[in-house]
Amino acid sequence: MTHLSTTLDYMADFQIRVNNKVVDVDCDKNTPLLWVLRNHLNLTGTRFGCGTGLCGACTVLIDGTPIHSCDTPIWAIGNKSVQTVEYEENSTLQRIKSCMASEQAGQCGFCLSGIMMRATAHIDSLATLDRSSIADALDGHLCRCGAHNRIIEAIRQAGS
Amino acid sequence: MVLPDSMVAAPLVSDWLDFSQPGMVGIKTGKVEFGQGILTALTQIVAEELGVGFEKCFLVTASTGISPNESFTAGSLSVQDSGSALRVASATARAHAGTNSYWDIEKGVGWAIPANPDAILKNPSDYSLVGLSRNRIDLDAKLKGITHFIQDLRPDDLLYARILRPPNRGSTLVDLSLEKITLSTEIEKVVVDGSFVAVVAKDEYSAQSLVTKLAQVAIWNQTPAGMNNASLMNFLDSALAESKVLQEFGENKTELPHQASYSRPYLSHASIGTVTAVAQWIGEMIHIWTQSQGIYPLRADIARALSIDPQRIFITHVEGAGCYGHNGADDAAFDAVLIAKHFPGRPVLVTWSREDELGWAPYGPAMKVHLAAQVDDSGEITHWSHRVRGNGHSSRPSTLASPSMLAYSHIENGSAILPAGDPPQPRGGGTGRNAIPLYDFKNSLIVEERLSEMPIRTSALRALGAHLNVFAIESFLDELASRTNQDPLEFRLRHLSDPRGRDVLTKVAELSSWGKELPEGTGQGIGFARYKNKGAWCAVVAQVDVEEDVKVSHLWIAVDVGLVINPDGVRNQIEGGALQSLSWTLKEQVQFNDGAVTSNNWEDYPILRFSEVPLVQTEIISRPTTPALGAGEASIGPTAAAIANAVNRAINVRVRNMPLTVTNIMASVE
Ligand code: FES
Ligand code: FES
Repeated sequence: MTHLSTTLDYMADFQIRVNNKVVDVDCDKNTPLLWVLRNHLNLTGTRFGCGTGLCGACTVLIDGTPIHSCDTPIWAIGNKSVQTVEYEENSTLQRIKSCMASEQAGQCGFCLSGIMMRATAHIDSLATLDRSSIADALDGHLCRCGAHNRIIEAIRQAGS
Repeated sequence: MVLPDSMVAAPLVSDWLDFSQPGMVGIKTGKVEFGQGILTALTQIVAEELGVGFEKCFLVTASTGISPNESFTAGSLSVQDSGSALRVASATARAHAGTNSYWDIEKGVGWAIPANPDAILKNPSDYSLVGLSRNRIDLDAKLKGITHFIQDLRPDDLLYARILRPPNRGSTLVDLSLEKITLSTEIEKVVVDGSFVAVVAKDEYSAQSLVTKLAQVAIWNQTPAGMNNASLMNFLDSALAESKVLQEFGENKTELPHQASYSRPYLSHASIGTVTAVAQWIGEMIHIWTQSQGIYPLRADIARALSIDPQRIFITHVEGAGCYGHNGADDAAFDAVLIAKHFPGRPVLVTWSREDELGWAPYGPAMKVHLAAQVDDSGEITHWSHRVRGNGHSSRPSTLASPSMLAYSHIENGSAILPAGDPPQPRGGGTGRNAIPLYDFKNSLIVEERLSEMPIRTSALRALGAHLNVFAIESFLDELASRTNQDPLEFRLRHLSDPRGRDVLTKVAELSSWGKELPEGTGQGIGFARYKNKGAWCAVVAQVDVEEDVKVSHLWIAVDVGLVINPDGVRNQIEGGALQSLSWTLKEQVQFNDGAVTSNNWEDYPILRFSEVPLVQTEIISRPTTPALGAGEASIGPTAAAIANAVNRAINVRVRNMPLTVTNIMASVE
């Protein structure tokens, strides 16, 4: 085994607002928000799927807009507000969760956090909530279990 | 009656049921959840047979030494295996308890009594839980985003690791050039064993960044040999193979007038979450947390790889993302063990990158089927011949003559992974799964040729050989029907005496209004199989529109899984299987360049998107007095065939090579 070590370099202190709480994070400034949430803040509901913006599993809301937390560095968050799947005060998100439960929308469930965050923004944008608008909104989200139709139906119900 | 298979090695009621918490029933199963809803169905079975509330039952986490050894969770057999064992254990307990309480008996003599295979089972007509849809017990935590998956484990003192994989198959490490790398904290370390390289850090970003840096400086000895896209067909045709006759009766003619060949490429499991494991060396003991589908076989194979006593290894199952077969889960567990060894006492979590997952996990094997037939003047098939070639469908832990975890082929004292085998015929076989048609042909010859060279590691992917075998059989039937001017549905029915098969076909025809007029460029196609010829019956009609490419607009599915434990669960599995098959059939293909997999990201390995999802209507034909059959894989083959048949009806082009991309369709235009 090789063992080398040097001094800390590009570490920095950040204050960000996550789920309406201000938290301190001490990490490399280029650390993607995803790993800040999962490794530093123990908010593991946001999933790692690819790290390159191609699967949607890591989607969170920043000031209400869905973004891929895997390719958003912590330095870019500033004083914007981050919402993750764990947040219980977002009524749209809560409604989606209960419709997902009643539709039994999901199998392994790994894709669901990102999908529900995207769907929250989609419903809040007051878009028409028919099958094709929901499918288009979710097109950057992958689900390998084939739970798509139930997910679409749950979101449609949550928005109506 | 004989004891269910799973009970032979675990014959006591206490092997299966735990009454140690007053009022509660712990269910011990060796089967594990990976999104298929199995734990919910098993809970329904136990609650029903014991006559206790569903909420009073909980699942005991599957662990070595605690759970019964049920080998792998695979082949749609969980309800059959674990379900029947739990049913017998519960019926024994109920009969034994009489008017006494289960928990009083626990406090007294205990439950180490043999399960009785002749214990009276509840009459299905008295069921109040089994047969009704029940919400899944695992979904709530998943929706809340609270700790659930293996990726979410955060034991104290946790370290995070990532792996640096060689640039292609056949590369060996020459020099890591570590002097060119700066490790930024004292935690960061590089673990090297032969050509196995891992990086450990305090968080996953640091570990991943280090791997990226190392990849730029490491020097490998690369052998260019290996698979290329262009060499695949030649490999399938010419590789050495072990040949086995699966069925032979009647007259064996060498030259049959109708002939056609079908193929599929290598396919990836392509879970949305990458495989992960945690390992911790504590003194002489190794504790592993894994999403493996078989904790006991994994324990045995890791012990074999390390040359240690399996009793030194304790494995706990933790759910991962859906896996759909033997993906990299077991590999990751061995990775974690190798790395954690260097950090005594500390748990180490290894997560594969997306590139690792799509580029290094085992694949569902590429396959080729050659079919030949003769049809008489009345339009009846008289002779049928089926020859299927491909690599084996199982290189699961402990099934080969040497360890089969990926890192074993990279470490100093390891060796190359041996060619994959196949599950035994009684479990449904692998290469030859569903090669024997359910139709009544008078003369039949079915041959399986399992390749004995394996340039690309293959293993179990949902439905195994049934995907291509059913695709081929059902495509060829449509070709023969069309050459003899017969309706595809009628043609199937005239060759099929199996009543439950006839029922799903008739039902799906009714659901889809089979035979109705359709616009130009639109077509309906049908596909049917009984999974493994002894599992669930399933018939699918697909409707496609073909313009620039193939768009599947509807799927209608009729399925017979015998006794239905949880109708909504069955529907979820059947529909999920159909959509996954649609994705494989239309879009998926592992790509190579000199032994390196180039389709190692979602752009180069695209899977089904929301905008491509058809409407799906599923009808379950319920048979409460017949045994419960698994639902996870039954729709795979029929869906693939139904799509190809629909494409043919829409544009009159027969596509025999999957995936049905524009390129393959163009190449099929005669
Ligand atoms: S993990 Fe961010 S898009 Fe895949
Ligand atoms: S439910 Fe498994 S990936 Fe969507």
